[in-house]
Amino acid sequence: MAGEPAIAVHELTKVFARGRVRALDGLSFEAQQGTVLGVLGPNGAGKTTAVRILSTVLRPDGGRASILGLDVVARAAQVRRSIGLAGQYAAVDENLSGRQNLVMIGRLSHLSRRAARRRADELLEQFDLTAAAGRSLKTYSGGMRRRLDLAAALVAEPPVLFFDEPTTGLDPKTRQDMWAWTERLVAGGTTVLLTTQYLEEADRLADTVVVVDHGRVIAQGTPASLKADIGTTVLLVTLANADDAARAAAVVAPLGTHPPTVQGERVEMNVADGARAGSQAMRALDAAGLLVTGLVLREPSLDDVFLQLTGHRAETGPEPLDRPLHPVPPPEPQGVLGR
Amino acid sequence: MTAGTLPGVHEERRASSLRWLVDDSLTIAWRWLVAMVRLPESVVFSAIQPLMLVLLFRYVFGGAISGVRGSYVDYLMPGIFVQTVTFGSVISAVGMAEDLQKGIIERFRALPMARAAVVTGRTLSDLTRNLGSVLLMTGLGFAVGFRIHTTGLAFVAGLAILLLFSWAISWGFALIGLAVRSPETAQLATFPVLLPFTFASSAFVPVDRMPGWLQAFATNQPVSRVVDGCRALMSGGPTVRPVLGALAWSVGLLVVLVPLAVRRYVRTD
Repeated sequence: MAGEPAIAVHELTKVFARGRVRALDGLSFEAQQGTVLGVLGPNGAGKTTAVRILSTVLRPDGGRASILGLDVVARAAQVRRSIGLAGQYAAVDENLSGRQNLVMIGRLSHLSRRAARRRADELLEQFDLTAAAGRSLKTYSGGMRRRLDLAAALVAEPPVLFFDEPTTGLDPKTRQDMWAWTERLVAGGTTVLLTTQYLEEADRLADTVVVVDHGRVIAQGTPASLKADIGTTVLLVTLANADDAARAAAVVAPLGTHPPTVQGERVEMNVADGARAGSQAMRALDAAGLLVTGLVLREPSLDDVFLQLTGHRAETGPEPLDRPLHPVPPPEPQGVLGR
Repeated sequence: MTAGTLPGVHEERRASSLRWLVDDSLTIAWRWLVAMVRLPESVVFSAIQPLMLVLLFRYVFGGAISGVRGSYVDYLMPGIFVQTVTFGSVISAVGMAEDLQKGIIERFRALPMARAAVVTGRTLSDLTRNLGSVLLMTGLGFAVGFRIHTTGLAFVAGLAILLLFSWAISWGFALIGLAVRSPETAQLATFPVLLPFTFASSAFVPVDRMPGWLQAFATNQPVSRVVDGCRALMSGGPTVRPVLGALAWSVGLLVVLVPLAVRRYVRTD
């Protein structure tokens, strides 16, 4: 089994609603053992469909997928023993206590009664839920539920884990914790497939990133190479007067890798060398006599990646659950020059 | 990296697939029973309903319904039993729909558990619940004048027939719950099935008082057959034909509904 990819997906297709929705359209990627694969894409890109096929819940219409060399359709029963699933829906039983949930998953993973109890206690300890172990889930906060959901995925210590948008809707503290746990698991040899809408998350965790749109891979590579490909930095200029925005856009345009976009009093543009473009923009705007209230350089977001790769903005899906419950703060600005 | 350095999958117990079906179904049934016990008020209210029915039918309709051989309470009790377990099985529909909606079935489907266990466990938990209701009603029935006119063994056999029937229809309701996907719709969807079968039956009044066109249905439909079987075993009269009729319906329903419900559970789109 040495050298076998942990996850291999080849030309996967899946069609819903009697052919009207093509969720996957020839999706292919691989993840090596002991690495994190980030699957990055907007709502409706096919991320969740891919995870459902890989976790044997859904059958593909075409193509192949395997986990540690085991085909997910032909050898589904064996695949189920090697995988763990945690997701944005936090699928745990509301009516049971945290401990009862974990014992149940342990029993259904065919651990002995004693092993299931021991494993439940270990995980409760690890995820700081021991104090709440006997309480009904109805009293759990969103963060506690998500921790329990993750613990449930780890009960049988599967070598391959699927995290479907694990931090969507989480507070920043739990998000940081989730990232730390993922890193620890991977350090122990686990393979993680992580779907996310946040470039920052993929950047932080993933060894390899595939960008998915309309059910197919539109770019892949390491986070660094991906960012290098798409023009590294976004320059954002805010003007005191919205009437000046068009003129300001014309002034900074020569500095960008792509034409600027104007929205109200804000001008946005991708630049290659952030620091230099920033100071040049400042001087040029000054010379043109434009009153600037803010100038920010930031890492590209998923939205920027999409704009670059596809020429269209990432569309937001119709399902409200797919969107973050609390807006995630934008990535830390690299530098702020302001007046 | 070699396979030896992978995180070890926990020592898994080895057993036959039938053993897993039994074990996993019992785990799922345990899950529902624990959930019920954690909500004591739901236990209280679901116990009150059958008790109210016994009292209301005994004292409100008892005087007005005639044409019954022997005392009405003896006629009534098997009918109330069957009606209560039939209504009690509706909760299978609600439970399955809720599980689907909340996504926990998604997790079950990705676990190495027996495919049929989720529905089997659910129906077994309802069977346990129905057993509790029947025992409670028997107690109250005795208090309001119900008497067994056969033997204790025949009475227990009557309860067994009743519970087998309740288990069979739990599968049907679980199938409805898996098909409609929303708990509210599941609850609504069961009533058009429940009402004609429980009321156009021999549960509360003799079928021969109904109009001719209704009699054919009311005599032969499953609820009446099961009521007649129970009644024969509890109150006396010819036994073999009614009991066989009751068993035939229950086994027939199981043979049809079990594979349908399991197939529906496995199907994901």
